[in-house]
Amino acid sequence: MSEIVKVGMADLKTCVSPDGATTLGLGSCVGIAIRDPMTKIGGLAHIMLPDSKAIRNSQLNVAKFADTGIEELVKQMERLGAKRARMVAKIAGGATMFAFQGGNSSIGQVGDRNVEATKTKLRELKIPILAQDTGANYGRTVIFYPETGDFHIRAVGKPESII
Amino acid sequence: MGDMSLEQVTENYYDVLRELGNIGAGNAITALSQMLQCKVDMQVPQVRLLEFSEVGEMIGGEEQIMAGVFLGVKGDITGSMMFMVEEESARHLIAKMTMGMLPPGSEFEEMGLSAMKELGNIITGAYLNSLSTMTNLSISPTPPALTVDMAGAILSVPAIQFGVYGDKILLIQSQFNDDVQLDGYFIMIPDLESYAKILTALGLPVV
Repeated sequence: MSEIVKVGMADLKTCVSPDGATTLGLGSCVGIAIRDPMTKIGGLAHIMLPDSKAIRNSQLNVAKFADTGIEELVKQMERLGAKRARMVAKIAGGATMFAFQGGNSSIGQVGDRNVEATKTKLRELKIPILAQDTGANYGRTVIFYPETGDFHIRAVGKPESII
Repeated sequence: MGDMSLEQVTENYYDVLRELGNIGAGNAITALSQMLQCKVDMQVPQVRLLEFSEVGEMIGGEEQIMAGVFLGVKGDITGSMMFMVEEESARHLIAKMTMGMLPPGSEFEEMGLSAMKELGNIITGAYLNSLSTMTNLSISPTPPALTVDMAGAILSVPAIQFGVYGDKILLIQSQFNDDVQLDGYFIMIPDLESYAKILTALGLPVV
């Protein structure tokens, strides 16, 4: 029996085929699914903020940030036997949930900044992005299957898509 | 704020927000009652400090569809605030507010959305007014933005702002009844710079 592990907000988990991983209701956060197609080891991170270095906090939750979260996910996958050179990624989320009138644009842009930071970190680790469904103004639930690499995306009032 | 570190801030910060939340929610429900021209009973608001991972469960699941009204706060203090209700509760309120012109079963079309936005405006306005009175600071809202989507996605916006300070989110749950029982949630997020101002205004020591 395969199992789908649940990844919360500011959280990350690894999974091995036939198991999968899901995270529900991504808004401005970004879901990053990474897979080693050879070993079928996968992982899913749900990051909230772009950059850990911008925050002064001694008790750092690494899963909260794009830079440290992706790094930690890759490390955990490597510990299971995945090889970084083979890893590929798919990303979703980074929406702008509210159209702002009257300022506060830094909040409005956090989705975009999360997507940018995610891409930068993956580029730095030389992990190619095979597909993405990011931006726009709606929430997404994602389910990732490391067996096939399929990344299912559900949104309110839209048919499910697979990238 | 000088040398005050984020770790020191956090606990005081949540305590103050908790107190402000209690009072604000009470005033907001009073305003709602006046707008709907009926008696709205309210339970004592529950102020909860939740781990990010617990928030979804608390509000009935990350995929629960909700209406969220989000607005900026400006004046002597800056930040933002949000009011959320379940989709069904939102429909009920809209039906009531439009006096049955938009029955609870109808879709969120333009008129429903604009009614919901107005409702959010009044509720959050009352909330902020009570904070302003209590602190004697000028606090005014920016025009609200509304979305109807999955709870997790809506909550990601305030969660990200709380995420800058820590790993918890402060949620004020107020249950109120008119004909049916409704659950509304308030989230107030002053910017860190405004925190000292609120403390000082309330006569509390900074740090």
